[in-house]
Amino acid sequence: MLQDRDRIFTNLYGFQSPFLDAARKRGDWDGTAHLLARGAADIISEIKASELRGRGGAGFPTGLKWSFMPAERPAGQPAFLVVNADESEPGTCKDRDIIRHDPHKLIEGCLVAGFAMRATAAYIYIRGEFVNEARVLEAAIDEALEAGLIGRNACGSGYDFDIHLHRGAGAYICGEETALLESLEGKKGMPRLKPPFPAMAGLYGCPTTISNVETVAVAPTIMRRGASWFAGLGEPKNTGTKIFCISGHVNEPCNVEEEMGIPLRELIERHAGGVRGGWDNLLAVIPGGSSVPLIPKSICDDVAMNFDRLKDVQSGLGTAAVIVMDRSTDIVRAIWRLSKFYHHESCGQCTPCREGTGWMMRVLGRMIEGRAEPGEIDLLQEVTTQIEGHTICALGDAAAWPIQGLIRHFRPELERRIEACRRNARQAA
Amino acid sequence: MAETVTITVDGVEIEVDRRLSLLQACELAGAEVPRFCFHDRLSIAGNCRMCLVEVEKAPKPVASCAQSLMDGMVVSTKSGVARKAQRSAMEFLLINHPLDCPICDQGGECDLQDQAMGYGTGISRYGEQKRSVQEKNFGPLIKTAMTRCIHCTRCIRFLDEVAGVPALGATGRSESMEITNYIEQGIASELSGNIIDLCPVGALTSGPYAFVARPWELVTTESVDVMDATGSNVRVDSRGREVLRVLPRLHEDINEEWISDKTRFAIDGLVRRRLDQPWMRGGKGLEEVSWERALGAISQHLESRDATRVAAIAGDLVDCETLFTMKRLMAAIGSPHLDCRQDGMAADPDVRASWLLNSTIAGIEEADACLLIGTLPRREAAIVNARLRKRWVAGGFSVASVGPADDHSYPVTELGNVTDTLRRIEAGESPFADAVKPLVIVGKGALARDDGDAVLGAAARIADVLGAIQEDWNGFGVLNVAASRVGGLDLGFVPAPGGLDTAGILNGAGSVVDTIFLLGADEIDTSNLRGAFVIYVGHHGDRGAAVADVILPAAAWTEKDATYVNLEGRPQRAQRAVFPPGDAREDWRILRALSGVLGVPLPFDDLDSLREAMIEDVPHLGVIDSITPAPWRPFGSTRAMSDEPLVPAVGNFYRTCTISRASPTMSLVTDAFLPGVAQSAPCS
Repeated sequence: MLQDRDRIFTNLYGFQSPFLDAARKRGDWDGTAHLLARGAADIISEIKASELRGRGGAGFPTGLKWSFMPAERPAGQPAFLVVNADESEPGTCKDRDIIRHDPHKLIEGCLVAGFAMRATAAYIYIRGEFVNEARVLEAAIDEALEAGLIGRNACGSGYDFDIHLHRGAGAYICGEETALLESLEGKKGMPRLKPPFPAMAGLYGCPTTISNVETVAVAPTIMRRGASWFAGLGEPKNTGTKIFCISGHVNEPCNVEEEMGIPLRELIERHAGGVRGGWDNLLAVIPGGSSVPLIPKSICDDVAMNFDRLKDVQSGLGTAAVIVMDRSTDIVRAIWRLSKFYHHESCGQCTPCREGTGWMMRVLGRMIEGRAEPGEIDLLQEVTTQIEGHTICALGDAAAWPIQGLIRHFRPELERRIEACRRNARQAA
Repeated sequence: MAETVTITVDGVEIEVDRRLSLLQACELAGAEVPRFCFHDRLSIAGNCRMCLVEVEKAPKPVASCAQSLMDGMVVSTKSGVARKAQRSAMEFLLINHPLDCPICDQGGECDLQDQAMGYGTGISRYGEQKRSVQEKNFGPLIKTAMTRCIHCTRCIRFLDEVAGVPALGATGRSESMEITNYIEQGIASELSGNIIDLCPVGALTSGPYAFVARPWELVTTESVDVMDATGSNVRVDSRGREVLRVLPRLHEDINEEWISDKTRFAIDGLVRRRLDQPWMRGGKGLEEVSWERALGAISQHLESRDATRVAAIAGDLVDCETLFTMKRLMAAIGSPHLDCRQDGMAADPDVRASWLLNSTIAGIEEADACLLIGTLPRREAAIVNARLRKRWVAGGFSVASVGPADDHSYPVTELGNVTDTLRRIEAGESPFADAVKPLVIVGKGALARDDGDAVLGAAARIADVLGAIQEDWNGFGVLNVAASRVGGLDLGFVPAPGGLDTAGILNGAGSVVDTIFLLGADEIDTSNLRGAFVIYVGHHGDRGAAVADVILPAAAWTEKDATYVNLEGRPQRAQRAVFPPGDAREDWRILRALSGVLGVPLPFDDLDSLREAMIEDVPHLGVIDSITPAPWRPFGSTRAMSDEPLVPAVGNFYRTCTISRASPTMSLVTDAFLPGVAQSAPCS
């Protein structure tokens, strides 16, 4: 269990003010100029050494990502840090709490990360529905600007760095990094083809790195406390602390910052008051937000919550949004609802996702009541593999995985429903 | 050649240009890669996912259309992974497609149909409700069946990128995504018909051609278009005696693979208002007569006349063979009064460079600046305008215009519509900062006026001043509008010494001239012709025929083997697709027969010997599809220009000649897109 002294987000629950004075007392903006004075290369090597992995879901090594930005650019060409605050993954609400309760962690992180990748400005793309969060963040940015922490000669470092807040309009796809860039440029949010990768040609064709709110927000603390401290938490390649969002059939749903690799059962029982009706009443858990495959109780019993361990059980840490489902859950309906979400949020650009999500949703919709042929389970499985890996962005995969998880672990349930439906039909006839 | 890379496609090693996409490289290696959204001349969308291939070391199948090449790539287009990806995309495309091929006009020439044969399964596994999509109003030319749409976005990209008319877009997400024009009005682009060709399915089909024919019923003839002077390469599809459609044919140096809407859709004018037998003015007006009587009457009329009182004016659609025959006939009769410029456009008959687009159309892409003088290329030569836009899109190209302001589909610095501006540019006030290869394009509207020779001279001197005339670069160009014009001037169909030009003939009708041959000349002021004996040789009952004393019915461009020279000076051959209607005959044969009746038989009896004689006269007409460069010499007059503003040559893009004026489709489009413009706005 994470010690209080190792916590990064010390105002996660909003017991204190989110604004500058309180943030300073919590240690934010402490010696930022000194951090910057260490130089861009040093910051990146420190982040690399901390083995921080992106907190937005894909878990790409952060230091490596930041290092992709070109060190030298043609004169006059800007480069950008774009912070992805379009947190729309069902079950996930970590960035929201960071922004509304600890915005200065993010702002300071923008400066540090932006400096490290030689960006000229940062854009924070915030989900449209986060109205109050946007207000708090805007106020915090203004405060920081006024205090000389960002803007011209940020923190007295001689480095100019502006931070702009941009509100989205509520499309899930705009959380995909290249769709986010399109949206930021004023176009319809549709993912771009890669390559070119944003680090070469991103926002307005300039070098751009897109990072998640949490990833950026932890960077200053890592720099202050050292990579070895961060790397000392968790296990190699899965280091540090992470905010877990526990929702669903638990007694006390919550956000909590914990050490990477905490056992799932401990996480739920210690922080969320346990599964409703006791651990034995657990049916399944979606451990990383709606996009990752569910895991049944048998796996939940002893799985550890980090990227690699969850990958070993054919799921993923994703955004660490733990959705707990007890035995009262209609698991088919639950996954169908996710499927409906992906159908609704598919951007429509590329074929497999545009056409496939509707197909999966409809087949699964019939399976809730068992109105299907037994062979359609295999058909559904095949359709998921026809989408997976064939689309422009990862949303196609995200739409396919929950269904693959369902079929992998609950195939008998699907078969039972189909058989029951056929039996009823026979009796009625 | 640019840098190359070596890649392996399906076991075949091939060295290719590094700038190609993987899909193009695969094709060069002989592999077939299915695709819908990819198109050579449009930006890459990568959205259909049909072209997925397996690349060694790549974690997932790769969209080959969007993949750049790397040395040593090992690609498989037919492996299990690639095939599964391709078949998957095909299945997804088909699940919401209505599969209504039997009632779809695309049937038989449909990419989806064809590729479904190779990559589709025989049965559908999709048992749910299919999507249906409301039809859109894309105007009278384009019929929509949006339920069939597969969202490849080719139409959007074409209009955005090539036509420069961002009329289409996609609204909605997921299955609800629709290709639509944001506001319910047609697509007002003179190139809009090309999206019909681009649409890989039957979502966008030709409105006028709806349910007319199946592709396998059609006979295809390769030809060139005469609706403007561009000489777009087309294929003419006909059934029986009727031309049913015109489609573009690839010609990289002229039209690439686009044609204008007039080229494509004016063909229904070919069967309307046609002259299909000889007519003669008698006591009760025009009467149908036999060929013998008609020719005999002309002979009888001419017997008692002085040959120097005979004149000939050629119209805009006349082919070189006819012009040559007429010229020979006039010489045989002994008359010097002939002109192929019915609009009175200025040109120096001795300097070929004074009527050509010397840079050539493809050469536009080498230019870095362009001065338009009294021209709206978008209306006068839509295909040339597309090339100008293409050049602008590529970057580093500035365009300025002296003349009427308009939406050119690319930004143009309007220098105002006063001839004084030309004087100032000539005096050294260059509108371009540092142009290395500038273009100066003069419109017919600027030349077909009383001081046309002065404007021509000014334009030529401006070309010199701006540096458009170099050893290996001639940026001076005249944007001709009439398909017959360059051929006519090349053939010297201009007043012989002592002869009258068009204005002189028209003014002198009934006095100095009493017999006038109108070779399809309709865009002239006919009010003064009543006093003369008018012989109209042409195919449509338009203004010229209305004042004629004898009408000799001739063949339209789809009905004869003929040579046309386009505005670059490129001779091309049109081929006969159908026969002329009724008693109509090929124009040159009519004139040849007349020469016999007149007792001055011309020395050729068939097309081959005619062409032989013509080429002997003007050798470059025999060098088909190649441009003989015209040497530069000063031309035009140095007299002062009038202060009259320049008037564009084309008012109503859709109705410029007898064929397009007879076309009901062009009438519909005019109503739809140019509500304020008169239906029968003349050419000049």
